Amino acid sequence: MAHFEKAKSLNEWFDQRLGVNTLNRVLAKEYWIPKDINFLWAMGMVLAITFGILLVSGIFLLMYYQPNVDLAFDSVNYTIMQEVGYGWLWRHVHAVAASVVFLIIYIHMFTGIYYGSYKKGRELIWISGMLLFVAFSAEAFSGYMLPWGQMSYWAGMVITNLFSMGSLEMNGVVEWIRGDYVPAQAFLDRFFMLHVLLIPIVILLLIGIHFGALRLPHVNNQNGEEIDFEVEAEKYRSGNKAASKVIAFANDFMAKDMFVVAVFLVFFFYLVFWNFGFAMDPVNFDPADGLVTPAHIYPEWYFLWSYEILRPFSKDIGLIAFAFAQVIFFLLPFLDRSPNAVPASRRGLFNIWFWVMLVDLIVLTAMGKLPPEGIYSTIGYVAALVFIALWIALPIITKLEKKL
Amino acid sequence: MGKAFGAVAGVGAVGALYAMKRSWDPLPSVKAAGFTTVDLSTCVANKLVVEKWRGKPIFVLKKTAEMVAAQSDAQNARDIVIGDDHYMVNIGLCTHLGCIPAYRDKKHDFLCACHGGEFDASGIDTKAPPPSPLVIPPFKITGNTLILGEEGPEFKKMKDAGIIA
Ligand code: HEM
Ligand code: FES
Repeated sequence: MAHFEKAKSLNEWFDQRLGVNTLNRVLAKEYWIPKDINFLWAMGMVLAITFGILLVSGIFLLMYYQPNVDLAFDSVNYTIMQEVGYGWLWRHVHAVAASVVFLIIYIHMFTGIYYGSYKKGRELIWISGMLLFVAFSAEAFSGYMLPWGQMSYWAGMVITNLFSMGSLEMNGVVEWIRGDYVPAQAFLDRFFMLHVLLIPIVILLLIGIHFGALRLPHVNNQNGEEIDFEVEAEKYRSGNKAASKVIAFANDFMAKDMFVVAVFLVFFFYLVFWNFGFAMDPVNFDPADGLVTPAHIYPEWYFLWSYEILRPFSKDIGLIAFAFAQVIFFLLPFLDRSPNAVPASRRGLFNIWFWVMLVDLIVLTAMGKLPPEGIYSTIGYVAALVFIALWIALPIITKLEKKL
Repeated sequence: MGKAFGAVAGVGAVGALYAMKRSWDPLPSVKAAGFTTVDLSTCVANKLVVEKWRGKPIFVLKKTAEMVAAQSDAQNARDIVIGDDHYMVNIGLCTHLGCIPAYRDKKHDFLCACHGGEFDASGIDTKAPPPSPLVIPPFKITGNTLILGEEGPEFKKMKDAGIIA
């Protein structure tokens, strides 16, 4: 039995039993954030808050949703939308948040790429971030199945067919994933389970790892400057806050973070109340029908770029290109051979690489939305080739880069 | 001691994984193959009929005399012939990623809207990305009736000729 003094305050009582003061010191009061950063560094917090919003709105949807092929469509489009008090609010919040979260993830990713925040000790932050991206993609896809509309059904058909691995014709695997020859009851039930339980648990674990991976390397800064955190923290602690290059995460930095979050939330609720249409595909307001394909099948906007990489090629090559696009960002810290962890603007060829990559992804996204005909096919084809070429060029141009 | 513990735990883990795999398998009730019967005598030439078999759409297309006259051997080999009538009977799912192609009765071909693939009136792929012809489901003919889900002599003949992979 360890020795315990009688606590003089509630805080002390908890500190004796949980070490809350140590936790607070290590994770907040003495977790140092460089001053030389900008609003893009608040995107991580915006993501954390958006995930919270998804969780809360999801819990309310869950109370009336019916994971049954005969009932699902009406439980969403009739019960939740028309009968449940403020049910429409949860649905619009959930749909808009699921779409906007990808916009923020992409901004967050490209901030990391621009400032080189994926190397020199930050590799695990990057990899856990990419795992979060994959988990969020799976979460978005499984959630998209639930209303059991036409787009749910046909997206489910097309995406599960990817697992036949092209000419390998592994149809058994596809049927195993679906639990049926076509998406049906077993399919809806298991994707429901994934969406509301298994994937959210994985996401929570990954967020924990992502934050843990940040603690020792600390966040990067606008100049890629290597900061001696001990020295700067000492200045801060001794009261010389103006001269110190860092501030404490709580409460100083949190106040700034939360300001950006507040601006984001104004924008977010504007979308929820006045412009939610973009997050709800009109085709998905028709109930699932296995005998009619919609005229155009396209995924939500955030998957368009990788879908467009699949589309212009023959089946097998398309699948290989698609698989390449899905995993290649994981390898960024290892394909970038340059030791410079500074903004792209100071890295010569890499600066060009960064902007061409960004524009290429936007072009792929736009072409993915358009029907696969004529000039659009050609532009999509070229953009897909550019994407692949950029990744082949990356190790070469970063190897040539001068050490700063 | 450690090894013995590891071995027991390993056996348990493999067993658990197997149970999980089996729980995701299609249920016996799902697998018990359904049979679908189609009366071909009601078909109208150049008008696509879509039947349902095991949840999948089945294309049944009776061809006009002009269409038959213009066909190659490869196209003829995929037709079901009853008397003088030629029928195309295929699973109506694109061999690329499984959308349902639409029949264009003026051009006598199929267009898949998902990624722009095309098939002729015998189900042979004519434009990528689909890598292979539409699939011919197991069928049996008795008189003018088509039974899907059963392998009749005509189906076996196509299989022997290498038309059905
Ligand atoms: C919903 C998912 C995510 C959440 C909740 C999240 C949260 C955070 C937070 C709170 C930070 C610290 C503040 C900041 O620098 O913005 C951060 C940093 C970072 N994240 Fe994420 N993140 C997510 C997804 C991703 C993804 C998809 C990537 C890219 C693969 C990524 C890569 C990074 C990197 C490289 C940093 C370090 C930035 C720096 O050092 O300047 N994260 N994340
Ligand atoms: S599913 Fe038909 S072309 Fe892709």
